[in-house]
Amino acid sequence: MKRLLSATAMLLASAMMAQAEGELQLFNWGDYTSPELLAKFEKETGIKVTVTDYDSNDTALAKIEAGGAGFDLVVPSANYVPIYVEKGLVQELDLSKIPNHKNIAPEWLNVDYDPGRKYSIPWQWGTTGVAVNQKLYSGDINTSAIWLDPPPELVGKVNVTPEMNDVLAMATMYMGGEFCSDDAELMKKVRDKLIEAKPKWLSMDYGMTEKMSNNDVMASLYWNGAIFRARLANPDVKYGYPKEGYPLWMDQVMLLSDAKNVEEAYKFLDFIALPENAAMISAYARYANGIAGSEPFMPEDMKTAPEIVIPAELVSAGHFLSTCTGKGQEYITAIWTELQK
Amino acid sequence: MAERGFIVSRLPGFTTIALLVFAALYLPILVLVVFSFNGGDSLSQWGGFSFRWFAKAWENDQVKDATIRSLWLALVAALIATAVATAAALGTTRRKPFKGQTFIYVMINQPLMVPEIVTAVALLIFFAWFKVNLGYQGMGYLVAAHAGFCIPFAYLPIRARLESMDLTLETAAADLYATPWLTFRRVTFPLLLPGIIAGMMLAFVTSLDDVVITLFVKSAGQDTLPTYMLGQIRRQVSTEVYAISTMLLALTVVLLTAFFALTRKRD
Amino acid sequence: MASRAELERDKASDRAGWLLSSPALLILAVAAIGPLFIMLVYSFLIPGEYGNVEWGFSTDAWTGILFTRDVFDDTLRLEDAHLTILWRSVKLSLLTTVFAFLVGFPTAWFIATRPPKARALWLFLITIPFWTNLLIRTFAINEIIRAEGLLNTVLLWAGLIQKPLEIIYTDFAVFLGMTYVYLPLMVLPLFASIDRFDMRLLEAGYDLYASRWQVLRRIIVPVVKPGIVAGSILVFVPALGAYVTPRILGGGKQMMIGNFIELQFGQGRNWPLGASLSVTLLIIVTAALLVYVRFANRERGHG
Repeated sequence: MKRLLSATAMLLASAMMAQAEGELQLFNWGDYTSPELLAKFEKETGIKVTVTDYDSNDTALAKIEAGGAGFDLVVPSANYVPIYVEKGLVQELDLSKIPNHKNIAPEWLNVDYDPGRKYSIPWQWGTTGVAVNQKLYSGDINTSAIWLDPPPELVGKVNVTPEMNDVLAMATMYMGGEFCSDDAELMKKVRDKLIEAKPKWLSMDYGMTEKMSNNDVMASLYWNGAIFRARLANPDVKYGYPKEGYPLWMDQVMLLSDAKNVEEAYKFLDFIALPENAAMISAYARYANGIAGSEPFMPEDMKTAPEIVIPAELVSAGHFLSTCTGKGQEYITAIWTELQK
Repeated sequence: MAERGFIVSRLPGFTTIALLVFAALYLPILVLVVFSFNGGDSLSQWGGFSFRWFAKAWENDQVKDATIRSLWLALVAALIATAVATAAALGTTRRKPFKGQTFIYVMINQPLMVPEIVTAVALLIFFAWFKVNLGYQGMGYLVAAHAGFCIPFAYLPIRARLESMDLTLETAAADLYATPWLTFRRVTFPLLLPGIIAGMMLAFVTSLDDVVITLFVKSAGQDTLPTYMLGQIRRQVSTEVYAISTMLLALTVVLLTAFFALTRKRD
Repeated sequence: MASRAELERDKASDRAGWLLSSPALLILAVAAIGPLFIMLVYSFLIPGEYGNVEWGFSTDAWTGILFTRDVFDDTLRLEDAHLTILWRSVKLSLLTTVFAFLVGFPTAWFIATRPPKARALWLFLITIPFWTNLLIRTFAINEIIRAEGLLNTVLLWAGLIQKPLEIIYTDFAVFLGMTYVYLPLMVLPLFASIDRFDMRLLEAGYDLYASRWQVLRRIIVPVVKPGIVAGSILVFVPALGAYVTPRILGGGKQMMIGNFIELQFGQGRNWPLGASLSVTLLIIVTAALLVYVRFANRERGHG
């Protein structure tokens, strides 16, 4: 009897070990995944996660749509989530396999683009705002006028990130409208405003963490986490939330329809919904996460940073960008292309 | 007759320009090597001397993986491209122009003429069919793609070399009843070697640098060093990439020194 | 009257030509030509809403090369911005090629006139910088030319300038970057040609009382012409389609044609237009290439 029991135990143990050894292919933004997180995950589950990088939502979408790339999980931004769902590129999550799903913070649970979070688990979220080197300009920076109607000190010194959605959203809200508006009159004004402002810009580039740290660029439209890192290196840098309206963005993890390592993927999705792991993700790229209860685990400087904690009076000016369709999308793309030329 | 000390091959100012060029070429390299020891967090602000980024790069599995993959891919692609380009160069020069020769020439140089993004997207679509229906997702696609766009880079120097060579030596060999293969091995190939080496080096560095095509063709887990770095551009390019480059450079220097030491011994 | 044997020999030569070229053509069929056909097809399709394409015939992408339909009032107008972008690219690429030749030729000559053993060393020395990745080299160049970078720091310290030179984010920066990046592509083919050059020809020239300049123009250049042609092509053509260097050093405000095409496959969401622009670029470059090569080969005989 004892021998049977121990034999069974050994069989079970080896079966479990065989199952625990697995792999997972994560397709994510570059420099966005904490190596410590992956190491911890591997230690706990034996699953090795391989991260492959992409540098834009469009590239990722193109590759996933073409098919056959071999990824299991992808991390798109909010306004791309409906596109993935509509094209059948991702599968609906079996929530029974993600017990930690309940940890998703209530304000991030029923988002427009994925009500009830049936398709995605939050990764990180942030805001797009305006950063200014206070040495050059110390006036009010909570406005998009910094880059659309720059004050004389900032003319020729502002960088505008080449992100179509962020730029068009902020410009539209500045002119009094809503993102995705298909009001021709309004969008014409938006276009004219942008074209008028472009000569006053220095560049349309990325890498502002570096460039604002070393005073190459004195003002920019950029993401909060990156500016946070810039400020840590250069205390003159200040982050502002345009009161006319600024974008809230969020990246979330989704399970691809043709994923091969489905069980491993579920383990990962469950893993990142734990507060202490979500805090690990945040600590790495310096953006907030969408899991409740992660505050105690967050790094100290992030708990009070103005780039992470939105001032109360400016909270309502933050809007998630919808996925534009039809005429609205046409206007945005056309204006963007014209602006770039 | 020639003046005292007149060196036939010397052209005034050429040496000065050449040396200035070398200096200018190495200046950015020097900058990056120096900055790879930058202890600070910023890419360009000096924060003291430190090995910290070397340690970080050494521990970064993703980066090590990507670097090795880049080197392997470049080597294989360059070898294939050079071999194939040598054959093509031999086939298209120094013979009576035949119908379609211009066509071949244009085809071979075509990868140069199309912006990479176009080839990249087209290959994504083209290879996707194979990936989905055949299930093969290995490095074969990247090798094919890289070998493809490396061919013109290998072909043009080899062809230039070939055109500058005269046929008398090979005709002499033929007169001495050497077979075409023997002529090639003993006469043509050694004479062609500088061109082949030039071509292979160009092909190698071209493959090593490619980012756009690799970005679109790669499958899961196939990041190369450039695609890894491109992913960083949107966030923060850290001194880690400088450290990696310095290590690669050091490796190159070591390999070259060994190579020269060995060839010197042969004499 | 061509004898039968001669004709046979010619045919064998032609066959050999095709046979030798076939491996290259095979790889290219898969990696370059096949994809090109896909692009051609795509240029006649309709852009998808979120990128990609939808099946449906349309010539919009072709008219879109020169004309834009104003999204608000639906009028068609000549898009001079496209021409500006093309002109900027051609201008910068030409400048890069010419300058690369001007500094590359002496460099190649220098290497080729070193003692044989040292030659290999110099050759490697010129390629080593290019073992460093393009992105990193570009960042290093940025490090040198930016406002508080190496160049400005040195010049300010030496008192040669009062204010930092604004080089970064200008066309000049892109030109510098491209010349740096494409230099070995000029030097290596030139070297391959010059290396074969028979110095006795030079002696003969000097014996005939030619000046150095005449020797250069009349003896050296014609013989190394294949190298010049190869080098120019290898620099001009990729420079025209360049995308990384203009993006990092140019600041993104002034596009070159490579960036513009890339935009269509990215946030511009117009793959067909990207395809049509590329095919057009290909046609223009192929035509220019054929003209150039034919012109360069006009006077050349065979040894």
